[in-house]
Amino acid sequence: MEDLSFRHPARARADGIRRSAIVGVVASGNLEVLVERVLPDAECAVEIKTAAVGFGEVWSAVIEDFVERYSPGGLKFSINDGGARPDTVSLRLAQAVRLIAESGQ
Amino acid sequence: MTAPIEDVTPAERARGTSFYEASARTRLELLLDAGSLIEFIGPEQREVSPHLETFDLPEQFDDGIVVGHGRLDGTPVFVAAQEGRFMGGAFGEVHGAKLTGLLHAARQIGSIPVLILFDTGGVRLQEANAGELAIAEIMRAMIEARAAGVKVIGLIGGRSGCYGGGGLIAGCCSALAVSEPGRIAVSGPEVIETNRGVEEFDSRDRALVWRTMGGKHRRLLGAADIFAEDTVQDFREAALELLGLLGPVGTFGLDRLKAEHERLADRLRRFGACEDAIDIWTAEGVAHAATVPELPADQFIALANRIGRTSRDAR
Repeated sequence: MEDLSFRHPARARADGIRRSAIVGVVASGNLEVLVERVLPDAECAVEIKTAAVGFGEVWSAVIEDFVERYSPGGLKFSINDGGARPDTVSLRLAQAVRLIAESGQ
Repeated sequence: MTAPIEDVTPAERARGTSFYEASARTRLELLLDAGSLIEFIGPEQREVSPHLETFDLPEQFDDGIVVGHGRLDGTPVFVAAQEGRFMGGAFGEVHGAKLTGLLHAARQIGSIPVLILFDTGGVRLQEANAGELAIAEIMRAMIEARAAGVKVIGLIGGRSGCYGGGGLIAGCCSALAVSEPGRIAVSGPEVIETNRGVEEFDSRDRALVWRTMGGKHRRLLGAADIFAEDTVQDFREAALELLGLLGPVGTFGLDRLKAEHERLADRLRRFGACEDAIDIWTAEGVAHAATVPELPADQFIALANRIGRTSRDAR
């Protein structure tokens, strides 16, 4: 297992008022993303526990791209990864931002 | 063109969603009245397995089970749903404790039924002792809850089926609903083949696996009370039907357990010599038994209803 942690400034606060949301499942080639609205509006953090060791640079690129596209200000993402491919990671992160923007608990 | 998502009613969404394919959370959201699910010990509390880190394995924030409460057609229910894709939905220490706690709460309150959406291969091997203990604790908690008047309904239709300790727990439920892809057994196909040889059970023979452990056989044998189509809406309707069928609470006790043992002993006497599920169906009076696996759900349900249900006195 490898632990990775990224922090980025965000242009704007993420939409919605929901406090947290979760998407995905920890399985081979898949991951779960728990997103929580716990940070100042101009910050974003991603914490990863991954079963695939040695892919820090790929993660860094995927997350930089995600923050640029979605501007998830105020959100902390906690990831349990079962060895997902970068496109699956991008998809789950986007789903998490969308889910926390929806109405609900 | 498909309708915009907001124009689709919850029932239509549930009707159009495969129970087999859906995640544990999606199953619960669509099974219960819209927006009524409140989760206990949700993923944000990060009650993860204390053992997986030792094995350098990834954890899941809810340890593979969602527990909580909600409403089913307005009636309060406790719910638990296993995530069959995380470690095969297997029971570990935390996973098991969440279900035990839910059953304890149900026992204390007494009047609120419990729905368990099984999707499990059994005990998580990395947590063997803790997992085995969890199975025993859940079975005890379930029997105590039922003795206090609680109805416990098992719904089985997930990709991991309901195996190992999950099969034992399912056997303790008040009633079960199962779909065709849902399988119920204790030893799984590979386990039987490994221990008894390929001539005893060929785990790669999918038709054999399905007609021995699949939903149709479990329904015909009386282990499951309702055969459901593979949609979340069908399971919702099955749960409602079973809650209605079970009648007044407070009738579960030692006599009922003895009657269930008698029913099982009688079943063994009747079918113990059968070599294959098809022989059992023939002995039960099913004409053209060999065609049962191919029957569409509606025709199979009509057939199963002709054969009848297990007497409620035994469960």
